[in-house]
Amino acid sequence: MMEHEQERMQQLLRQTMLPVARQLSAELRRDLWPGILKRLEARPVEVPWFDWALLAAVALWLVSSPRAIPLLLYYL
Amino acid sequence: MPVLEQPTDVLRQFSHGDLDAFEALFRTHQSEVYGWIVRIVRDPAAAEDLTLETFWRIHRAHARFDPARSFGAWARRVATNAALDYLKTARPETDLPDDLVSPVLPDPGVSEELRRKTARAFGRLPPKLRVAATLALIEEQPYKEIAEALGISTSAVKVRVFRAVRFLRDELKRQGIEP
Repeated sequence: MMEHEQERMQQLLRQTMLPVARQLSAELRRDLWPGILKRLEARPVEVPWFDWALLAAVALWLVSSPRAIPLLLYYL
Repeated sequence: MPVLEQPTDVLRQFSHGDLDAFEALFRTHQSEVYGWIVRIVRDPAAAEDLTLETFWRIHRAHARFDPARSFGAWARRVATNAALDYLKTARPETDLPDDLVSPVLPDPGVSEELRRKTARAFGRLPPKLRVAATLALIEEQPYKEIAEALGISTSAVKVRVFRAVRFLRDELKRQGIEP
């Protein structure tokens, strides 16, 4: 009964939506490699952890010694 | 569908992040991956985008790839997940595109209305059941291949197909059709 139901539904589905090979092209129409290269180039710049640590140290230094801010600005 | 294999050197280089090795794998497998995805999503344009997404995921996960394993099987699994994600984000309960419905009528006993209602019911299948039903019932792919691509057991695939058939039967009944 269960198998019969599945066969009937399969028949109905295959008459409604043909398998891809018989309906749509299963072949790729173009080379997709340029798309991958574009994604690779668009990859966001990764900031190394050391830069983040340096930035945090400077921020900490400025918070603990506000008088150092004019000195830092002078040297920038 | 044959799963193409690559020399171990290329696979090892790929797993270490070598771009040339990745390109070699991409060129060998892009058609196969596209063919698999288009069977699931049944839309060539979406399948092209998803092929790119699949290889992008593969590139990002290169360090997790074990060169002793089959690249083709891994790619197919990543592709199936990408296709599944696509079906999950697609709006549920919408009619399938017209070109999804067969343009020919192999059996004159199947009316246009029945085909339309079947397509509508199919479009309402939850994505996981839809993938299993598409691959097993429409594309007639072996259950073992479907199981590997979905990362589940063959029995679990059979359960999903069974649930899909039940869902379709109930949905058609709701539309006044006794399948």
